[in-house]
Amino acid sequence: MYGIVFGAASIIAIVSAILCVTRRSPVASALWLVSVMFQLAVLYVLLDAQFLAAVQVLVYAGAIMVLFLFVIMLLNIGRPGPSDMKGALGRVAGIVVGLIVLAELIGLRQVRLPRGGSLPDGTIARMVEQQGPLHAVATPLFQQYLIPFEITSVMLLAALVGGVVLAKRRID
Amino acid sequence: MLGPSLAVSAILFTIGVTGVLLRRNAIVLFMCVELMLNAVNLTFVALARNLGLDGQVFVFFVMTVAAAEAAVGLAIIISLYRHRDTVNLEHINLLRG
Repeated sequence: MYGIVFGAASIIAIVSAILCVTRRSPVASALWLVSVMFQLAVLYVLLDAQFLAAVQVLVYAGAIMVLFLFVIMLLNIGRPGPSDMKGALGRVAGIVVGLIVLAELIGLRQVRLPRGGSLPDGTIARMVEQQGPLHAVATPLFQQYLIPFEITSVMLLAALVGGVVLAKRRID
Repeated sequence: MLGPSLAVSAILFTIGVTGVLLRRNAIVLFMCVELMLNAVNLTFVALARNLGLDGQVFVFFVMTVAAAEAAVGLAIIISLYRHRDTVNLEHINLLRG
């Protein structure tokens, strides 16, 4: 059962990603990307990251993709116009570079995990079961990674100010 | 499930890279970047099962950065559209040699 769900989610994610890249209409691309994100949320649940799956749906599929769709509607470029794919040479070059990247990533199979630091199977699942999915992630986030967490809030403030300043209509 | 997860992640990342190289629409380009970030997040979550929960914490930070990046990037696209009336990167070639 686990394997079937995992395989189905993976295949739907990959097919959706291909469709996202190849659709002409930006709206269709965005909706296929939402599909990828939902499938990734399924994979997160299967990989013992239940809270991250919820955050994935809320933040990525919810907030970020709505922002994308909102900008597409705002600029009124939702209709599929003439194809914005590169020409034949650009296409071949892009696909060749893509295949090279894939080959390099497959080459990383040679890397072995450090023996000493590797946890036995099911450790995370047990932690999540004992502490609850939220508590298991919150403890390191608010203890070990407290300072990065606080710096993140400054970064979000900077992004907020930057977004307003950049998108503001200048009044002459 | 570590191997299959990493394989899916590698394929999604490759599709994202190919999309960035193939498309000219700035918004679709941004979506491909988001796709690559998602693929990396999957790697983090998969490796967190073997190397501890730090990987899951890191995904939070990646998501935060992605949200900030999307906000600023889309603001840049809006201001670009105001100036040039297009989001097709072929027509935005001021720096081309």
